[in-house]
Formats: sequence, structure tokens, C-alpha cells
Amino acid sequence: MAVTTAGALTHGQSESYSGLWSWLTTVDHKRIGIMYGVTSFIFFLLGGIEALLIRIQLAGPNQTFLDQDQYNRIFTMHGTTMVFLVVMPMSSAFFNLLVPLMIGARDVAFPRLNAFSYWVFLAGGIFMNVSFFTGGNIFDGEIGAPDGGWFGYAPLTLNEYSAGDGINYWLLGLQILGIASLAGGLNFAVTILNMRAPGMSLLRMPVFVWMTLVTSFLLIFAMPVIAVALFQLMFDRLFDANFFNPAAGGSPLLWQHMFWLFGHPEVYILILPAMGIVSEVLPVFSRKPLFGYPFVVFSGVAIGFMSWGVWAHHMYTTGLGTVANSAFGIATILIAVPTGVKIFNWLATMWGGAISLTTPMLFAIGFISMFTIGGLTGVTHSMVPSDYQQQDTYYIVAHFHQVLFGGAIFGLFAGMYYWIPKFSGRLLNETLGKVHFWLMFIGFNLTFQPMMILGMLGMPRRIASYPEDYGWDIWNGIATGGAFLIALGVLVFIINFIMHLRTGAKAGDDPWDARTLEWSIPSPPPHYNFAQVPQVHSVDDWWHTKYVEDPQGRPVPIPAGAAVATHDDGHHGDDEHDIHMPNPSFYPLLAALGLPLIAFGLLYSYPLVAVGALILVVGLYGWVYEPASD
Amino acid sequence: MAAHAPTTGHTLETNTGLDNRKLLMWLFLASDCLFFGSFIAAYLLYRDRNVVGPYQDELYDIPFTSISSFVLLMSSLTMVLALAAIQRGNMRAMRIWLVATALLGISFLAGQAFEFTEFYDHGLSLETNLFGTTFFVLTGFHGAHVAVGVLILLSLVHASAIGKLTEKDSLAVEIGGLYWHFVDIVWIVIFTLVYLIQPG
Repeated sequence: MAVTTAGALTHGQSESYSGLWSWLTTVDHKRIGIMYGVTSFIFFLLGGIEALLIRIQLAGPNQTFLDQDQYNRIFTMHGTTMVFLVVMPMSSAFFNLLVPLMIGARDVAFPRLNAFSYWVFLAGGIFMNVSFFTGGNIFDGEIGAPDGGWFGYAPLTLNEYSAGDGINYWLLGLQILGIASLAGGLNFAVTILNMRAPGMSLLRMPVFVWMTLVTSFLLIFAMPVIAVALFQLMFDRLFDANFFNPAAGGSPLLWQHMFWLFGHPEVYILILPAMGIVSEVLPVFSRKPLFGYPFVVFSGVAIGFMSWGVWAHHMYTTGLGTVANSAFGIATILIAVPTGVKIFNWLATMWGGAISLTTPMLFAIGFISMFTIGGLTGVTHSMVPSDYQQQDTYYIVAHFHQVLFGGAIFGLFAGMYYWIPKFSGRLLNETLGKVHFWLMFIGFNLTFQPMMILGMLGMPRRIASYPEDYGWDIWNGIATGGAFLIALGVLVFIINFIMHLRTGAKAGDDPWDARTLEWSIPSPPPHYNFAQVPQVHSVDDWWHTKYVEDPQGRPVPIPAGAAVATHDDGHHGDDEHDIHMPNPSFYPLLAALGLPLIAFGLLYSYPLVAVGALILVVGLYGWVYEPASD
Repeated sequence: MAAHAPTTGHTLETNTGLDNRKLLMWLFLASDCLFFGSFIAAYLLYRDRNVVGPYQDELYDIPFTSISSFVLLMSSLTMVLALAAIQRGNMRAMRIWLVATALLGISFLAGQAFEFTEFYDHGLSLETNLFGTTFFVLTGFHGAHVAVGVLILLSLVHASAIGKLTEKDSLAVEIGGLYWHFVDIVWIVIFTLVYLIQPG
């Protein structure tokens, strides 16, 4: 029925390539990537404000800026937002922007499914945040967000212990977001497996594409597990089922097993894309190929497999028994090996290189240093007896911010400074970029290193206030100051971004003298990406069209003109007017609209479920029956 | 698995040789394995932990469920015949076999509706005990999958009737068939683990 590529002639489509409607109906992976990026950045600001509220409350002892109830809701939304509405979709933004360009394709395998993923993500994000308004008068501080933590442990999240609609919004919102993630994972797995340019074998793919592939498979297998856990919680809360009801014999550990069976692969879903970004940035600014490319790739794959065998290290103190604890402890120690392999390969990539400390490079180096600390603290609580001491203390909070902020967020900012010029056509200001980096780097360390000490001093997580005289005041004060420095850094980034759109220097096709295919085409890329589908001969193919090596292994530029001859390979370009691109479509948006209606219906009025389902079905039928091509 | 679709110029060249849509369905089904696997695991975990009845052995009617399982399995045969028909270019036969498959699927769903009603009348609901909770949710989601499958089958019939689905599009039938066979296989697992192997 549907044909995936053949479509309108490009000159026909370009007429409708501006205006709001064109964004609502776009199926262009670059535009969808931009929408993912902007939306997730807005959620990043929201999650950041929540973090600042937490830090204001904890700045000193016995504070009453937030009450216990508000505090629970704010930290729950902070965690949920940063994991599901920031790091995951921001990684998705990079998948969308880069994967087709890096593998030499004109779009993803399923452009409309891609648009559907975005709209479902947006719907889920908005739905989740609507929960703030359901607690009464929000201006009187009666906020109604979920209060069960981002991990939502049942039975504590059953109606009995958490009344109101907060948790319902949380579980339905995550269910919606899961659909977006699953659709994205499926789409990118197929795209990478099936749509590579001629000559681009799997082991010639950029490491970022490899990490996207591993992440996609983790999404494909992890999302159904959390979906089941969320359905179970939904049936317990909305339809009086007994999955987590201890009185009926239900196990209080079932949720923890389900959640962490999803949750630990999820950790790698969050970090692998950033590792991929760093693996692209480091070689470019060291002017050396990535050291040990196959080792980096297979370490990423090994992490993907091993991530399924470590979940119970979140549950040592639940009494699983010595054998189980030891087995999961050993597996957790082992997963540090491929991670360590990657870190040494990154260091060896920089070793002896002609390093230029541009902003993306600074963030990449920041990633390596901060992530290493995060990884090593992780090893300390892979040890069961050590973890008994650390469980539920600020040491854990420090650890996962060290890997997810010091790791993932730094990696994502490296990617932003590196690739934004490709899509805006203009360079970001380097001075402001460096100010941003140092504010964030210093602020980050001031915020989270004191939390390590607080953990050692025994400060528990999730407490809304603490008494004086515990020796916690000074470290909490420093952490709060650091958090505001981070906020200042983000402000500098926003200013830099807005300014660069107007006054940034023109980037040109290849401002960094880079290595991968996306730099071989104009900035911003035309909507059909490649005028001619590239022929790939090696890893870093674009670099090898620009440079040969002298006997000492130093790069020697190929004279202009010669490069074209070696690259062209007698493969004649398509006339631009013959390039077939998919048609824009309204149906992905329409179908996505059905999902939040179903969710609202489950909470407030069952007929609305039918309306939502009808919209979903109409959207899907319109989608299937409309011509993807003319 | 059924043979590859005849080359029609319809299928794009891909790196794996598998059509994008077919690969998508395979990956989705892999994902769905973990979906059902998780619900089945919850059922097995809770099988012997009910604190009140009714219990499994008081309610299960194995001969009845065996018949409806047989009906569902036969629908896989008619599905294969439908695919064979479109690959031969016989659209009329394809529609007949697709309708037959859908009717067998609907019969299975009717059997499930009857079974649910029976159990409910004997005092089992979602709220009653862990058996009720895990059984209704697991088999209910399977039933929902069958219902979606019936919808897909009837949509194929409709598309063929209005000329949107032609002889060249055997891939669409093949992909629908993949889904249908998967739902059947899941039922074999559920029937074995949930009905036949009972708490001792």
C-alpha cells in the first residue's frame, strides 16, 4: 500500500516549506529533530527551575520555603522531567538530526512514524505537567503533581498511600511517552539496519550511529517492561486490581523488579547517545581518528547486553539474599569494564593529538572527567556491604547526577555546540560558549561534590528539611550556590543561541574540518540532504576525501578538485528535481492527539476514551490510506 | 515463515534485503514478546499466592478453552492460505481466506467473552484475588491483540475491495500475517502456562 519514499517533486514541495502548517505536517527528519531539541530544552528549563526550588528549600536547616508535600511533588517532577522529557528526547533530537545524514540517507525509514513519535512525546510531556494544576488553587501552593518519586515504588504509589490524581497523571503520562520512545526506537533501528549508503558497512558507521542503534534496541526491549509495570499500577489504582496489594498476597517487590528491569537499561539509554556524541567530537578536535574504533563500538554493544543483568543492584537492601546480591554485584562490577575501555580509548584519542580547546571539545573533556567520577562512585556501590551504607543517602544522589548531568548533559551540550552550526548555518560565539562551560563546570562540581560528603555524613535522600547541628548546613549551602551558577551558565547559553541566529559567523559546510558525512553537504542541509547518494569507502569517509596520510601518519591535504574525483566514483548525481521526498502529513499529529484524550478519559469520563480512540483510529487510517507518494 | 513476496519493483533496496516495513514488524513483535513475557511472569509469580478463592481449578473449563484454542490455531492456517492466494494473484480467494481468518478470530473472542462472563458469574473479578487480577489483565491484553488483528484483517479485505490493495501488495498481507501468527503463538504459551499447568 504505502510506498515509503517516492513522493512529490522537490520543487513542488519547497513551495509549502514555510509557515506553521508546514511544521505541523512536516515529516522531514531535520525539522522533527529541531522540534525535539527545542521542546526538550524548554522541559530542561522547567526541570531546572524545579531543581532550584529544591535547592532553595535545602539551602539551610529547618527551612519552610516548601512544605513536605510540595517538596515531594517537586522532586518527583524534577526527576521524571529530566529523565523522560529532557535527556531521552534531547538524545532523540540528535538521532533525528544526525543519523540520516551520517549514514548518507535522505530521511529515516518511516518519516510519518517519526513525526508521530514527536507529537506523542509532546502530548505526553504536556499531559504530565498538567498534573500541577489538579491539586486545587496552584497560586495558593496547592500543587497536584505526582509525589511518588521518579521510580514510583508501589505499593507506596497505590491510592491508599498517594490519593489524588498525581500518580495517575504520572503513570498515564509515562505510558504515552513510552509509545513515543518505542516508535522512535523501532524507526531508528530499521533506518540504521536498512538505509545506509552504498559502501557504509556496519563497521564503517560513525560511533554515534552505533550508539543510536544500541540505544534503539534497548528502547525496543525496555519500553514494554515499563509499559507492563505501568499498566499493572493503572489497574490497581483505577480498577481496584491487586498486583501490588500486600493484603491480597501481592508482592511489594514486584514493582521494584519490573521498574529496575526497565530502569537499568534506561540508564544506558540516557548515557550511550552522549558517549556517541563525545566519540565524534574528540577525534575532530584532536585531529586524530578515534583510537580503537572497534573496541569503542563493541564496548557499547557489550554495555547494551550487560545492562540487562544488573537491575537488582538497586535492590540490595530489600533482602534478596546473599547469592542474588553477589551475582548482581559481580555483574555490576563487570559492566565497568567496557565502560572503562571506552574512557581509555577517548584518552588515547586525545593523546598526542593536535588538540584545539573549542567549546564542544571542552564539554567533551568535561564529560570524560565528570563521567569517570560518576562511574567510579558507581563501582563503590556495586559492592553490597558498601551499598548498605550508601542506600538512600545523598551519596547516591551525587552519583547519578555525576553520570547523568556530568555525563549525559555535558555530552549533549558538546553535541549542541558542535552540530548546531550545521543546522542553523551559523557558529555560536566561542567566548560565550567558554563562559557557559566554565560556569557550568564549576557550578556542577560545587553542587554535586558536596552531596558526596553529605551522603557520607548520613544525610538521607528525599527529606524536605533537616535540623541544625548535623554538620550538613555548610555543604547544602554550597550545593545551592553551585546550582545557581549552573543556572547562570544555562542563561549564557540561551543568550548565545539567540544571538547566533542573527549575528553568528557563517559556518560554511565544514567549519570544524570534520570527519563524517554530514559535513560534506551545505549548512543548513537542503531538505533532500544529499544531491547524490554518497559512496562510502572507509570509516571517516569524508576525512579521507580531504586528506591522505604521509609515511609518519600525519594528514596531508588533497588539493582541491582531486577530492571530488576520488569521491565521485563515476556515480552521477540525481537531478535535484528527480529526488523523491515523502509528502507532508497531518495524520501523525491527529493520531497523536488521541492518546492524551484517552488518558484524560480514563481519569475523568469514559466516553472521552472512546472519542480519543476514535481520533487515534481515524488518524491511523488516514495515514495508511493517504498516498505517501503521488 | 511464508515465502518472500514476489519481486514487483515495489520493494526498495535495503542493506539487509528485508523490506523496511517487514523489519519494523519483526522488531515490534520482538518488543511485544517482552510485553507478554512480563504479564505471564506476573501470573506465574502470583499463581500460588491467592489468599481467597475462587481458585484456578474451580473455574477453568479445559475442554472448552481447548476448542477455542483450536479455533485460533486454525486461523493461522487460513491466514497462510490467504497469503498464498495473493501471491498466486487470486484476490478473490485471498479475500475469502482473510474473512475466514477474521471470523475464526472473532469466534475465539466470543469464546473469551463467554469465559470471562462465566468466571465473573462464579465470583471472579479483577478485585477478588491475585488470580482474578493477573488472569483478566493477561488474557484481556491478548484478546485486545486479537481484536486489533481482526481489524487489520478486515481492513485488508476492505482495501482490496476498493482497489487500494492489489496483487503487487502481497507484502501487506504477509506483514499482517506475521502479526496474526505471533498472536497465535502467544496464545499457545498462555494456554500452556496459564491453563494446563495448574497450581499443585
